[in-house]
Amino acid sequence: MAKWIGPLEKIDAYRWRIPKSYKAGMRVDGLIYSDKEMVEQILLEQTLEQVANVAQLPGIVGNSLAMPDIHWGYGFPIGGVAAMEIKDGVISPGGVGFDINCGVRIIRTNLTKDDVLPTIKDLVDALYKNVPSGLGSKGKIRLRPGEIDKVLASGSRWAVENGYGLAEDLESTEERGEMSGADPSLVSSRAKERGIPQLGTLGSGNHFLEVALIDDIIEPDIASTMGINQIGQVVLLIHCGSRGLGHQTADDYIKVMLDAMKKYGISVPDRQLACSPIESIEGRKYLSAMKCAANYAWANRQCITHWVREAFCRVMKIRPADAGLELIYDVTHNIAKIEEHNINGKKKKLCIHRKGATRAFPAGHPDIPSKYLEIGQPVLIPGDMGRYSYVLVGTEQAMKETFGSTCHGAGRMQSRTAAKRHLRGRDVLKSLAARGITVRTDSLSGLAEEAPQAYKDVASVVNVAHSAGISRIVARTKPIGVIKG
Amino acid sequence: MKRYELIEHTADIGLIAYGGTLAEAFGNAAYGMFSIIAELDNVAENQSRYIELKSSDQESLLFEWLNRLLYYFDVDLLLFKSFKVNILTRNRLTAICHGEKYNHLRHQLKTGVKSATYHKLKVDSTKNEVQVIFDV
Repeated sequence: MAKWIGPLEKIDAYRWRIPKSYKAGMRVDGLIYSDKEMVEQILLEQTLEQVANVAQLPGIVGNSLAMPDIHWGYGFPIGGVAAMEIKDGVISPGGVGFDINCGVRIIRTNLTKDDVLPTIKDLVDALYKNVPSGLGSKGKIRLRPGEIDKVLASGSRWAVENGYGLAEDLESTEERGEMSGADPSLVSSRAKERGIPQLGTLGSGNHFLEVALIDDIIEPDIASTMGINQIGQVVLLIHCGSRGLGHQTADDYIKVMLDAMKKYGISVPDRQLACSPIESIEGRKYLSAMKCAANYAWANRQCITHWVREAFCRVMKIRPADAGLELIYDVTHNIAKIEEHNINGKKKKLCIHRKGATRAFPAGHPDIPSKYLEIGQPVLIPGDMGRYSYVLVGTEQAMKETFGSTCHGAGRMQSRTAAKRHLRGRDVLKSLAARGITVRTDSLSGLAEEAPQAYKDVASVVNVAHSAGISRIVARTKPIGVIKG
Repeated sequence: MKRYELIEHTADIGLIAYGGTLAEAFGNAAYGMFSIIAELDNVAENQSRYIELKSSDQESLLFEWLNRLLYYFDVDLLLFKSFKVNILTRNRLTAICHGEKYNHLRHQLKTGVKSATYHKLKVDSTKNEVQVIFDV
C-alpha cells in the first residue's frame, strides 16, 4: 500500500487540514480530527485521498470532514461527514454506504456485576438462542404479504405495535425510529425479498450483542440522567443494520445515480461516489428509499431488543418491571439527513451525509428527546470486543464544526486477511475468556477477523473527540459477554 | 493458473480474478467471492440458477453480476461454486450457476459479503482480468 503524500497541515493537537489547493476539483478543505499518533497510521493508506475526493462533490459546504476513527473505505472514507446545500448540492448513496442505518443502541438495567456474573454463561447462551445471528441466519418473524411495506414506512413503531418492545423505546431512538417521507414503493422487490426473511436478525461481520458493565463514570450527573448510576451496573449493547434490504437498496440506487450523472453533467473522481442533485427526481427517490431501509434497521434493532429483554428476564429470574431494562438511546451511523445548521450566521437546511459517523447534537437541540434536553444527545461508541465502549454526549462545538457529528467506533487497524493470518479464532476465544469475557459465535474465523488486536484503541479515538470538543465523555463500559454475528 | 487473488483492504476485502477469457474471469471473481463467504470444498452442485443481465457498461456488468449472486445467497441461501458465464456484448451476459443450499451441519461459513462496490472496480478485457472491492 502506497503512503499518502498529499499536503496535511497541522492546525492544533487534534485538527489537521488538507487545503483545497491540493487538487483542482476540491471545493472545500478537508478537516481531519486526529492526534499525532493516529495520523501516522492514517497516512499509511489512501484514506485522505478519499477525504479530498469527497471535497469535490457538488454543493459541499464547510469542510470535507473526517471523524477521529477515520479509516480507508470505498468511495467515502469510513468516518466521513459531508454537508451539501439543498439547492445546488448532491446526495450520494456511497456517502451512506451499503448498510443503511447500521447503528447501535444501549439498554440500562437495575442489575449489577454480582447479580449477573454467576450466570453469565447461561445469559449469553440464552441471548444467543433468542436472537438469530450469524451469516445465513433467518429471522423468526413471519410477515403477512405486503406487511414489509408497513415496516419500511413506520420502522420502530411497526415493531412496538406488533409487540416488540415498549412505546417508551421510540422516544429514546434517533428520529423516533421512524423517518418520515419513507415511500415503500421506491424500494425494489429484490430488496424486499432480501429483507423479509432477515427481519429480526443480527447479521454477521462487526455486528454484535454485548452484556457489559459500567466500569467508569466520568460525568455522574449526566450519566444519572441516562439511568447510569453506579460502577458495576449491567448494560446491554446491540449493533446491527438493515441487512440485505439496505444493501440491495444501495446497489439499486448507485446504478440509478451513475446513469443520472450523465444527464446532470456531474463527474466524480470515484464511481462509488455516484450522486444526483438532492432535488432531482433520482435524488428524492433515493432519499425516500434510504429512509425505508433506515426504518427497517430500526425495526430490526427494536425486535432484537424485545428478545434481549425476554432472555434477560428469564435467565435472571426477574420481572420486567424490576429489571429496569430501559433503552438509553439508539443512534444511527450510516445515514443522510436533511438538517438545519448555521452557515455564516444564517440558518440553512443541508443534507448531511454520515458514513461511519454519529450525530452528536448538543443540549437544548429540538431534535433530541426531552429527557436529554439538559445534557445533550447520548452518543454510543462501541470499541472492540475485548476492551471497552464509551457513552458520550453531543456538544455545541460539534454543531459549530462538524454539523453535529462525531466518531462511531474504534476503526480497524488491520485488514481482515491480516488478522486471520496472525490469529486463530480459537486463540481469540481463549484470550477473551482469560479477560473474563464469555463469547458465543457461529464463526470462529469471523471472530479472528474481529479480534481486539485488529482495532485501534477506542480510548484514543474518543479522547480526540472529547479533547477537540465535538463530544464529551460520560461513561465507559467493559464487556463480560459477547455474541458475535 | 491462479483463479483469483485476495486484495487486502483495512476495513473490507477485495480480489483480482483471472481467466482465459473475460467470461472466465467473471466466473472466477464469483468463485473468489463465494470462497470469502464459505469453505467451498463441501458444497455440492445440486441447485442451479440461470442469470441474465444487462447493464450500462462493462464495470457495471461485473458489479451487477456479483450482487445478483449475493441476492440469491440472501433469499435462497445458495452457495454457488461453478459458473458458466457467457458474455454476449460489453454490457450483457447470461450465466448458469451451480451450487447448494446452505446447510449449517455440512457447510462452514466464513465472512459475510454485503455488496460489491464501484471503488477500484476494474474490468480489463485485453488481459481478461477483473478487480473488485467488497463491503464486508
